[in-house]
This record gives sequence, structure tokens and C-alpha cells, in this order.
Amino acid sequence: MSIKSLKGWKEIPIGGLIPEAGNSAQYETGGWRTYRPVVDRDACKNCLFCWIYCPDSAVMVEDEKIKGIDLRYCKGCGICAQECPAKAIQMIEEAKL
Amino acid sequence: MGKPVAMTGNIAVANAMRQINPDVCAAYPITPSTEIMQQFASFVADGKVDTELVTVESEHSAMSACIGASAAGGRVMTATSANGLALMWEMLYIASGNRLPIVMMVVNRALSAPINIHGDHSDGMGARDSGWIQFYSEDGQEAYDNLIQAMIIGQNKDVRLPVMVGMDGFIISHSIENLEMLSDQQAKDFIGEYIPFYPLLNIKKPVTYGPLDLQDYYSEHKRQQTEGMRAAKPVILKTAQDFAALSGRKYGFFEPYRLEDAEIGILTLGSSAGTTRYVVDLMRDRGIKAGMVKLRVFRPFPMEELQEALGHLKALAVMDRCDSFGAAGGPVFSEVRSSLYDQPNRPKVVNYIYGLGGRDLGISHIEQVIGDLQKIKETGKVEELITYLTVRE
Repeated sequence: MSIKSLKGWKEIPIGGLIPEAGNSAQYETGGWRTYRPVVDRDACKNCLFCWIYCPDSAVMVEDEKIKGIDLRYCKGCGICAQECPAKAIQMIEEAKL
Repeated sequence: MGKPVAMTGNIAVANAMRQINPDVCAAYPITPSTEIMQQFASFVADGKVDTELVTVESEHSAMSACIGASAAGGRVMTATSANGLALMWEMLYIASGNRLPIVMMVVNRALSAPINIHGDHSDGMGARDSGWIQFYSEDGQEAYDNLIQAMIIGQNKDVRLPVMVGMDGFIISHSIENLEMLSDQQAKDFIGEYIPFYPLLNIKKPVTYGPLDLQDYYSEHKRQQTEGMRAAKPVILKTAQDFAALSGRKYGFFEPYRLEDAEIGILTLGSSAGTTRYVVDLMRDRGIKAGMVKLRVFRPFPMEELQEALGHLKALAVMDRCDSFGAAGGPVFSEVRSSLYDQPNRPKVVNYIYGLGGRDLGISHIEQVIGDLQKIKETGKVEELITYLTVRE
């Protein structure tokens, strides 16, 4: 998220007030990430443990299969890699990617 | 014009609160403000107000409860002094940061240690950066009038800031004076209906108060607070105008007294203005062109207006009933002096720290200040920039 895309002080509700509910999807926390989870497709058994454990619901699933990691929200916490029974997820430093 | 009544500053304030009839009042007693809540609790018990009075276990809790009630959508008030205000510290910033227009009477008192229960401005001045609008009152009448007006100013849609109204502990809070109150109906009409701003209790429109606000938006929210303070200036003046039409009593950011043709002046705030006004009259009788400014609004600080009012003086003394240890003089002094820096013929400005812990400021002390100012006017030289008045060497 570039600083230029953020709103100025005249455009936002005063006092940090959030005037609507259910809007956390608008808050993209992917920018916090230092390590990115990289899935080894061959090793992955699609057990969906990563999908269950991910605190940010950043594991994307389609037809009961892992489709990828939503990098807009993944903070790089590494819980998925820790919990993966197949050791199919590696945490790689963003700078090296 | 209401009929004159005799009451202490505290009882006058309690009556203003009765007329305002807040939805919620959370308070914890502390000298010298205790009498306000004691009297107000009687009003609650006697059914004179509809207020939910929350008796909490500390001032931190008092302000926390006020914040919750204000966010919920209520009209909220409290009162405190000195160490009570100090214990609220964390919550003061949360009230202003959340833009909650809580109105609080601060009966100004010295901060411990050593322990002292008497009047000075250390408590209020310490909170000067907390984002609250600040009034200081000369007497019980002003305390009453300021509190009524504070209610309207804080809740204004462009302002949305909490307001603290100060009066000097014991000197005003416990002295019986004549004053005039509005009738209950007049006060009610003047204050008007409270229109809450995103009330938490509106379950049809859920909102979040006080979320996490990091490097991306915190600065913008602080900038908004400054804008709230700027917007408060015209609102303070408009409210004063409306109040004058109702009561006949006129207010501004400050009260200039015999200032227009003055060569030397004293700027003060709170109860010492009465003594200073008396000495100014004495000096005028002796042909000395002295004047006074009594500052009523300290936040927002009326910088441009003071430049206009004080720029023509040759010498000015700023009185601080509070020390800012290790600073470039007292808090009022440093801001007044800074305000005058860009004036082409700015006066020499000196500072007097006085009256700490309720120490009396007498006529002779103000005469001494006038004597010093006369010398500065004649020589153009300042011998002592910051003087500790009313202190034994």
C-alpha cells in the first residue's frame, strides 16, 4: 500500500472512528510481512491444516484444494509452515524473492 | 437579569450542572472540588436532575466512565482537582482523541508533593497539551457562566472536543459571592437538545471507537484535533455573544482592562485578576498608564488576538500561578512571549511565578510588578526575566 493512496485528514472520520461494521477486509495487513509462505505443490496433500490455522484467513481454497496465499492479508506469521504435516510450506524472506 | 444569589463557587457550579442536567456524571471526590459533587449528589437524590450518577473508585475510573458514557451518546460531566486530574491523565487524551465533548470542572489546586490542598494552576496547566479546551474563571459568576457555555462549545459539530473549566481552589470554590444565575428554563433553552455523534448505543448503526491507528493514519487524526481547536475559536465567540444577549454578561478569549492607552500591562488569569484590576485603578489615579489582560481561554490559545491587544505596550508582565520546572518561564509566559515575537515593536515581556499552593497575592505584590515594569519602560532593559513573587528568599 503506497502512502499516496491513503486519504488526507479532511477525508476521514474524526477521532479514528470507524462508522461501519465488518470492514476489516479493507485493512490490508500484507505490508507487515517479512517472510512469505511458499507452498511446494508436489509435497502438498491438500489437508487444509494451513487453511484452518491461518489467523488471517489468507489461505485461498477452491474445490477443497489450496489455491494459494492471499498476500494482501498474509502477515507472514509462519503458523501455516509450522503446522503443515507434509512440511510443504517454506517461509522465504521477502527480500530474497 | 436573574436575581442576585449568594453562594460559593462550588455551589454555583453544582447549580450550573443541575440546569445542564447531564445524562451521566461519574466522579470521585477530591478537595477542593468535593462540594460540587456533594451538592450535585443531593440534586440527584432529590430528583432535581435525571442524571445517572456513577460513584467510581478513582479519578481514572471517573474519566473512563465519562468516556464510555459520552461514546454511548450521553451528555456527560464531571469535576475534579489536582491529583485527581493527574490520575485521569491517560484518559484525558483518550477523551480528546476520541473527540468526546465531556465537560469537566477543574477546581484548580496545587499538585503534591509536598501535599497542599490550596489553589494554584499546576493541575490545569499540566494538562494543557491533552487536547481539552481550557477556560479559567475569575470568580464564581464566571465559573458558572463558563460552564454553561462550555457545554455548547464542546458539542459543536466542528469542534467535538472535551472542555475543562477552571476556577481557583478555595479562593473561589469556597468563597461566598453574589452572582446571577439564568432561570432553569433559560439555561435549558440556551443549551438545547444534545445531538449525539455516532452513539455506540445506536445498535442499528454499529461503530468502533478507539481502534488501532498506526503510522498510516495517526498523524491525520492528530491534525484533525488541531483543526477542532481552530474551529473552537469562532464558536467560543459566537457562544459568548449569544450568552451576552441572554445574561448581559460579555465574554471573549480574554478581558482587556484599561489597555487601549496603556504603556505597561499585566496579563493574568483566574482570581488574581480582581486584585490586579484594583491595582491598575490605583496606578491610573497616580497617572501611571497601566492596563491588564485577564486571559479566559488558554486552549485554544488566542495568539493573533493577543498580538493585537498587547502589541502596543512597552512592557508586559505575565503572571503564572504555576511553575514549569526547567522551562523558559511559566506556561502562560512562554506562549504569550512567543506570540509577540513577530510584532514589530514588541513589548519587553517578563514573567512572575506567584501564588503556588494558595499563597496570597496581595496589592503590594502587584505594585512591585508595576514598579518593575515602569523601570523596564524607562530603561528598555530587563534585569530579571523570571521573578519568583510571593516567595521568601
